[in-house]
Order: sequence, then structure tokens, then C-alpha cells
Amino acid sequence: METNDIKHDEFVINVGPQHPSTHGVLRLELWLDGEEIIDSKPHLGYIHRGIEKMSEALGYKQFIYLTSRMDYLSAHINNQACSLAIEKGLQIEAPARAQVIRVLMAELTRLASHQLWWGALGLDLGAVSPFFYAFREREMILEIFEETCGSRLTMNYITPGGVVNDLHPDFVRKVKVLIEQLKGNLHEYYQLLTGNVIFQARTRGVGILSAEDAVSLGCTGPVARASGVKCDVRKLHPYDGYDKVEFKEVLNDKGDNFARYWLRIEEMKQSIYIIEQLIDNIPEGSYREKLKGIVKLPAGEYYQRVETARGELGVYLVSDGKKEPYRVRFRTPNFSNLNALRPMMKGAKIGDMVSMMATLDLIIPDIDR
Amino acid sequence: MDVNKNTEPFPGEIYEDETGNTNFLVSSIDKLSNWARSNSLWPLTFGTSCCAIEMMSAASAKYDWSRFGFEVARATPRQADLIIVAGTITKKMAPVLKRLYNQMPEPKYVIAMGACTITGGPFFYNSYTVVKGVDNIIPVDVYIPGCPPRPEALLEGMMKLQEKIRHSRAYVIDKPKKEENDD
Amino acid sequence: MTKEELKSYLEKTFPGMTQEENIDFLVLWVEKDEIFEVARKLKEDEATRFDFLFDETAIDWQTHFEMVYHMTSTTYRHDLEIKVKLEDRDHAELPSMEPLWKAAEMYENEIYDLFGIRFSGHPHLRRIFMSNEWKGYPLRKDYQDDDVISL
Repeated sequence: METNDIKHDEFVINVGPQHPSTHGVLRLELWLDGEEIIDSKPHLGYIHRGIEKMSEALGYKQFIYLTSRMDYLSAHINNQACSLAIEKGLQIEAPARAQVIRVLMAELTRLASHQLWWGALGLDLGAVSPFFYAFREREMILEIFEETCGSRLTMNYITPGGVVNDLHPDFVRKVKVLIEQLKGNLHEYYQLLTGNVIFQARTRGVGILSAEDAVSLGCTGPVARASGVKCDVRKLHPYDGYDKVEFKEVLNDKGDNFARYWLRIEEMKQSIYIIEQLIDNIPEGSYREKLKGIVKLPAGEYYQRVETARGELGVYLVSDGKKEPYRVRFRTPNFSNLNALRPMMKGAKIGDMVSMMATLDLIIPDIDR
Repeated sequence: MDVNKNTEPFPGEIYEDETGNTNFLVSSIDKLSNWARSNSLWPLTFGTSCCAIEMMSAASAKYDWSRFGFEVARATPRQADLIIVAGTITKKMAPVLKRLYNQMPEPKYVIAMGACTITGGPFFYNSYTVVKGVDNIIPVDVYIPGCPPRPEALLEGMMKLQEKIRHSRAYVIDKPKKEENDD
Repeated sequence: MTKEELKSYLEKTFPGMTQEENIDFLVLWVEKDEIFEVARKLKEDEATRFDFLFDETAIDWQTHFEMVYHMTSTTYRHDLEIKVKLEDRDHAELPSMEPLWKAAEMYENEIYDLFGIRFSGHPHLRRIFMSNEWKGYPLRKDYQDDDVISL
């Protein structure tokens, strides 16, 4: 819709780039009839940094640091996707110890990301306490990361060939302490928000996304699984030893805000289950397969799909034999999940827009790259 | 914390006002108002990318920033007096940042958090949209390096800003010094 | 369908179109004029039912463009990659896939913004990442910018 075909009783408001409830710099133009939303149009590009173009000038081992900054809440998983794509091109496989370490780091990242999502969800809907409770376990996870990887948020720990360093000697003990605490607290967190009357009214029956819409719009991850679409990449195209661990793919068929909320809490439980299976059985061996100094991939295309905390990330590498990639394309989950906002918002009120964006869990730098 | 002895006013220093008379009252009010201002700075919630998550960590219970007075984080620039620019600024976002800075009332302060805001950070080479340093757009008081800086680094940067405010002069009108050879 | 069954199905339904195979997907090369019909057939045919377009992008090979579509089926779980070669760099144009898959709307906006390829039949083609006054298409290989500091 254009601003020219506005009727005389509609008005257009701008939910600007700097706003406390858009999770990043997203600008939404809303056509309103009173309090009801008729149409919406997103404006992007406020954090477009040109990562795809920059990667064409860097070597294969170097452009991985840029991907940590795309979806910064699943930094390990982004690095894992790029490393797997490069390993596919070189036709090597990481040693068994490195694969288990990668899965552990990925599941810890998923836990940390969902914790922050839960805290931010409470904050958006008006409840301030969940924010402080959520950061309790998240800080424990980030401490574990810092001891092994060196950094809390943008750690370049997973590289082609394996991982950069071996685990810290204290890693296993700290993860076990974390799991015990988190298992006890998760039930408390669920009860803190779920029974609240205001929360139920803002999430049940609000923001319904049907399964056909989810598939046609390209949504993946918890957004699509809450509408009943089976799309977990860890089950469909397993990588890095995910076919050797047991876990359930959580589905729900209601498709409203509450379904997405419930699904992420269940996914946290599944992540805890995966970590419990692996933490005592980390195989011995080398943690990295040494690659040559300058990596050159043979000419061709390589596509790798992984499951981040928000959906399916695809890394598409086109190589022409030189030491830099010819074209790197990141198929990011949030770019398609943003499409889900438009059909969900037709006929809803402005207050519902905030709760819909909170349960969609968008990270805007992932959309803009 | 080390205090730069050269900028602290000499205990017996007294300020001159515009008539040339020395005024003891203004210097005490200055100290009082600087103390009050530095201990209750209200930041504007402005985070564009990854550094915003470390800012949220600094706001949460482990590295609490409300111990220093930064409790109330405002969503509107009209009620804030500190803007912490956390995250990369691109060419499309730069006019928005300038407009937000202009909407803040005086006295206002700016902290540039993270390597992206100091010189463009990891996006310095080969990026066609990143503004290489936020001080091309707005004047900056404190720079905090890191990618992203730890929450403790952000707290130290805020404490340095508090120190800077305590050593500033608010109510003094500086008269130009008379040269010796002037007549 | 497995890869072999899909290969024979494609040979039967679209005779004359070259097929390749790379390490991940089966690749089908389609001409520019037939892409919409081929895509519609692949989506609506009961045997294949490709209802999930999960990536659409373009590659600049300095003499021509290459459009790449990746699609999969939620019922049969097979994947396919379709490529289209575009010779004309200055006036590259293709029919839009938005009537078939709604996800294509944003992908095509991005390709128009960064490469300059136009799509006919798109509901509202606009620049989404760069501002409207930006000159040039950044992801092309011959893009010049005065204030890019290169390594």
C-alpha cells in the first residue's frame, strides 16, 4: 500500500527505528483505523553493514568472525554453519571430540538465547521481574563460554577443522552445576508468567499464523513449529553428530502467541536433555584437524543448513578456486520470519503488535546483515 | 581511581564573575550541582546491535548500573541526559541519531561504546554503509573500546564520565585573559 | 522421492533442460522465458509439491548474472535447485515468483536493491536496504564507491 491511497479516516503512524519494543532498529509503518491495524510495511536497512560484500575480500578462515555479529545471540551456531560449509568443500570431517564440543556449545547457546528471549518478552509485556531472573542463568552460561572461548558474546571458537582450543578443565563441573540449577528454575520461570491473567489475555488467541501461511512465507524455527510445520534441521539433515543424540522435535498446532511461548520453553528442556546425554561422554582425542595456512576451496557451490535458536540458517558458498570466496550468501531465519508479521497484524490492535513481535523473537541485524 | 590532579581546582581557588568580582557562592553551587548531575544520569535506550546485549547485561542484576544512579533508562530523548551509542551506525541510521541527539536537552553527554562507534570497528575495511566512527556525527565524551566491551568496561566508562562531570564548570563565565602587552 | 527418482521425473517432464548435480542438490537449468511455468508445475504437481522456497539469490559472474532458487517439499522432503542465466546485465528482467510463494517478495526486493535485476509482476518492487537516493547496486562486482577503504 502506498501513502497516496490512504482514505480519509485512516492514518499512518511510524514505529520508528529507535523504539523500546522493536528488538533492534526496525521501522514499521502502520496504517491504522482508530486502534486497529489495517496494514503494515517494514523498512529495513538501518543496520545493513554489507557483510556479504565484505566476505568477498577476506579469506575462508577470516570471514567467519563477521558471522558472529549477524545473529549475535546464536554466535556459535553461525560459526558452526560456516565451518561446516568449508569442511564440506575440503571434504574433511572434524574429529569426534570436536563434534561433541560443537554440539555442547550450540545447545548452551540455544539455552542462553532462549533465556534472553524470555526476559525480553516479560519486559515487553510490562513485567519487569523476569528480565532479572533470566539473566541469572545467562550470566552463568556466559561465564562458561568466557573460560573456554575467551569472550562472552562474539567468540570465534568454532573454526573449519574443529574448535580453536581444548575445553577448560572446569567445563564439565560448571555445566553440571548449571544444568541442576536450570532444571529447578525452569519450572519456576514458567509459572512466573504463565498463570498471569494479563499474560494469558495478551497471548492466547492473538497473532495466529496458519500452517500454509508459515510455509508460503518461508518461516522456519519455533515460529513455524508452533503452527504445526515440521522443519527442524537437526532432524531432517543432521550434522555434527545430532543423529546420535536423542531428542524430541517439539510441535504445536495452535499457532498463536502462547503456542510460540510454550514451544520455546519446551525446547529449552530438550536442550537440557541433549546436554545431559553428552556431558559425561565427551570422547578423547584431538580437538582440531589442522588445515593449511591459506585455505582454497575447489570451484563449485556448497550449501550448509543448521538450526539456530531462531530457525534455519543457510550458508551458500560459491567458490572459483581462489583464496577468497566468490560469493557468500547467508539465508537468515529472521529475514523470512519478518514476513509473518504482516498477516498476523491485520485486524489486531497496537498493543498486540508488541506482544507479536516479542514472541516472534526477531534480531534485526540478522535481517539486514 | 586515579584523579588527574591538574584539572581539580585548587582548594582555595575562587571564581570571578563578569564584573570582575570574586564570588565564593558560585563555586560551592558548582560543586553541588556537579555532584548531583553526575550521580543521577539517565541514559537513553539506544542499542542497535551486539553491544546492546552487553548494555542489557550491565543493567541486569549481576553488574548492576543502578548502583551508580543510572537506574531510570528513558525511552524518549526529551527526558534523558546521556546517550550510550551501542552498536554500529550506518549511513541510513546517522540522520536518526543526529535527530535524537538534537532532541536531548542540555547538558547532555555521549558515550561511544564498542569498537564500531569509535572507528567503524570490524567493519572498517570494505564496507560501503558503515559510518567510520560516531564522532563524525555527534561530539563524544567517553570512548569504550572492545568488541563487545565487558559490562565492567561499560561501568568504568560511565564512572569516567562521572569524573569528567565533577571536574567541569557549570556556572562560570570565563572571561578572556588580558594579555600583558595589551593596553 | 530420492535423487534418482527426481532426476528421472525431471527428465520426463521437462525434456531438453540440462541437469547437473553438485554435492548437495540436483540443479536444473531453465531458460528465462519458461521459469514461471516450470516453477508453477513443480509447485502444483502432486508428485513433487515443492511448496517451500527457502532461498532465492543471484550471483554476478561479470559477463552475466545467474539467478538461483532453492526449494524443498514439506511432504516428500526432497530438494531442488533451479538456475537461470541472464545475459543482459543492464536490463535484466525476470517474472516474479510472488504469486506462487509469498516469501519471494522480500527476496526479490533484496535482489533488486543489491543487484539491479527487475521482476515483472512484483506487487511493490522497492529498495529495502539502501536508501532511495543511493546510486548503484552494491553487490555487483563492478561497483565503485569513493569512500570504501579496502584491504
